[in-house]
Amino acid sequence: MCVTCGCESTAQHGHGPEHHHDHDHDHPHEHGVAGARGFGVLRAATTRTVSVEQDLLAKNNRYAAENRGRFAAEGVLALNLVSSPGSGKTTLLVRTLEALRGRRPVAVIEGDQQTRLDADRIAATGAPVVQLNTGKGCHLDAHQVGHALGELAAPTGGVLFIENVGNLVCPAAFDLGEAHKVVFLSVTEGDDKPLKYPDMFRAAALCLVTKSDLLPYVPFDAERAIANARSVNPALECLVLSVTSGAGLDAWLAWLEREIAARAPAGAKRAADLGQGLHA
Amino acid sequence: MHEMSLMESVREIVDEAARANGATRVAVVRLQIGALATVVPEALRFAFDVVMKGGCAERATLEIEHVPGVAWCWDCSASVTLAAGALVCPQCTGHRLEITGGTEMRVSEIDLAQEEEVATCA
Repeated sequence: MCVTCGCESTAQHGHGPEHHHDHDHDHPHEHGVAGARGFGVLRAATTRTVSVEQDLLAKNNRYAAENRGRFAAEGVLALNLVSSPGSGKTTLLVRTLEALRGRRPVAVIEGDQQTRLDADRIAATGAPVVQLNTGKGCHLDAHQVGHALGELAAPTGGVLFIENVGNLVCPAAFDLGEAHKVVFLSVTEGDDKPLKYPDMFRAAALCLVTKSDLLPYVPFDAERAIANARSVNPALECLVLSVTSGAGLDAWLAWLEREIAARAPAGAKRAADLGQGLHA
Repeated sequence: MHEMSLMESVREIVDEAARANGATRVAVVRLQIGALATVVPEALRFAFDVVMKGGCAERATLEIEHVPGVAWCWDCSASVTLAAGALVCPQCTGHRLEITGGTEMRVSEIDLAQEEEVATCA
């Protein structure tokens, strides 16, 4: 029997304009709900709305909170270095690590799409470093950083530098658990960049205008760049520096010391407590 | 480009919510995207079809609810609506803005497609 029209026929027959049966009816099958007549079993598709209310970044933010708790407990200043490619992040980092050598414990997480070229440059300074390759990914996420932390001794009372993938867009959205994002803007780029890529400048606490030794040769107005950056983020601190000439590096190192000091006491105390625990 | 990885989060959230509700197919996925969120809705739409393949929400419809951007203007001492990409207060053109809303990226709800056996008679 046909469950659509209720007839006893086993021959081919039509059901009007909707569709045709071109086979016998010795097995049950779907006809939908509309227009169903006769006896049988139908499969009906219904929908039910379910409230979800989940943030797309919730998972990343959970890992970031874990990392942040770890940095606080260990007394580590974690900085997330962000910029477009080629702004001089690795060059300044190498110089900074040399300046901090023997004075502050340090560790570095290097993020690049491919290769461990940057990690090799960092390793040459003697600093412990882990290279993360994101492959097709355009940013580091907090989960990757959490894994890298497992391979590094905590630089208690010092700094963990996380050099993000060179990308002025995507890393703005992904919290890694850092104390601050530090955004680099080189004078060979353009002083309008903070206006064109506001998200990153809004997310950062410090803006480093780099390669200032090239200022005489490029149409870059450092004051205008800073004014543009502050129009996006009025609380943004800005420093102008050059690794080549050494100008402005003292101010950068002073900024680092200030931020380390803001975290070190609790960290140093905890390290001392841990030390006592070990010797007890 | 990070829209792809955000969409992978959407897939995880949707698949888990469907499983938790005993469903295997999702008909509609609804997102709330703020005007000031660091994401391009068009890129999300593009990523949706690609990323949902093979999951509960394959061939589902994506609906995006746009949430307006809101900021507190310290110069006006007022809450103002901010368009995507706006850098100044629409009332006083001041820069001292503190974003208070419109940065959300959220899966708000899903419609589960359920097949039920229905006994029929004439």
